[in-house]
Amino acid sequence: MTATPPSGAKSMRTPLGRVRNHGSAHSGTTDFWRQRLTSVAMILLIVPMVVVMMILLGRNQAGAAQILGSPPIAIIMLLFVVASIWHMKIGMQVIIEDYVHDGKLKLASIMANNFFSVTLALTAAYAIFKLSSGV
Amino acid sequence: MLVADPQQGLRRVPATSEAMMTVRIERPLSPHLQIYRWTLTMTLSIVHRATGVALYFGTLLLVWWLMAVSSGPGAYAAVQSFTSSWAGRLIAFGYTWALMHHMLGGVRHLVWDLGYGFQPTEREWLTRATLIGGILLTVLLWIAAYAIGGGGR
Repeated sequence: MTATPPSGAKSMRTPLGRVRNHGSAHSGTTDFWRQRLTSVAMILLIVPMVVVMMILLGRNQAGAAQILGSPPIAIIMLLFVVASIWHMKIGMQVIIEDYVHDGKLKLASIMANNFFSVTLALTAAYAIFKLSSGV
Repeated sequence: MLVADPQQGLRRVPATSEAMMTVRIERPLSPHLQIYRWTLTMTLSIVHRATGVALYFGTLLLVWWLMAVSSGPGAYAAVQSFTSSWAGRLIAFGYTWALMHHMLGGVRHLVWDLGYGFQPTEREWLTRATLIGGILLTVLLWIAAYAIGGGGR
């Protein structure tokens, strides 16, 4: 397969030079790698997360707040929230890129996805920090 | 080379011919999706994406719950009245299944990423294991939840 030069009939740039560190999103395989990184992180975190959820079952607000504010559990929650929201942000972006073909609508959707994900992540982090500081 | 002509159908023209510049070149097309026999791997590919979308919006519940715990008894009571309702419990059950199924589907994808499990029998086995494992884990978790929390008041 012959590669098409970016401009003009002849180019000094090699096919490798053109794809290195770039690709259509100009970020190469960063999202691909992070999607897998966060997935492995969540597989490791799922057992502690299930244990935490089981401990919290049937407790009142004061009890739940005390447990969630303890350092190991707060850190587990924080790690899971960061990994899962990062993962879902990338996943939704892939879906948008697959199905939304209108350029501007795609841009708006990807932006909305970023806003939604960052808002969720920071809201969750705020709640966890608040529980840990006992306010 | 072969070119498609609306009047004459396919006809052969020299590769250097000027006809090449004006006539649309008919290239072989790959058959559309519905031509293939529907398989379990195809279904689970879609289900993986669908559960991903469900979990995306389900995360709202997780964040709502965290905010409620940190806000106080009133906000927490609102979450509890939702999770103990019929609809809330169904959504929580669905969320658990989506999470378990998507996780096992993800493990399957990681196995494939590493280059294993591409033989027909292997990928069929992996796909069945994902489907059955997801349901099994969900039921086990809910049995444990009811045993520990007595229905999670």
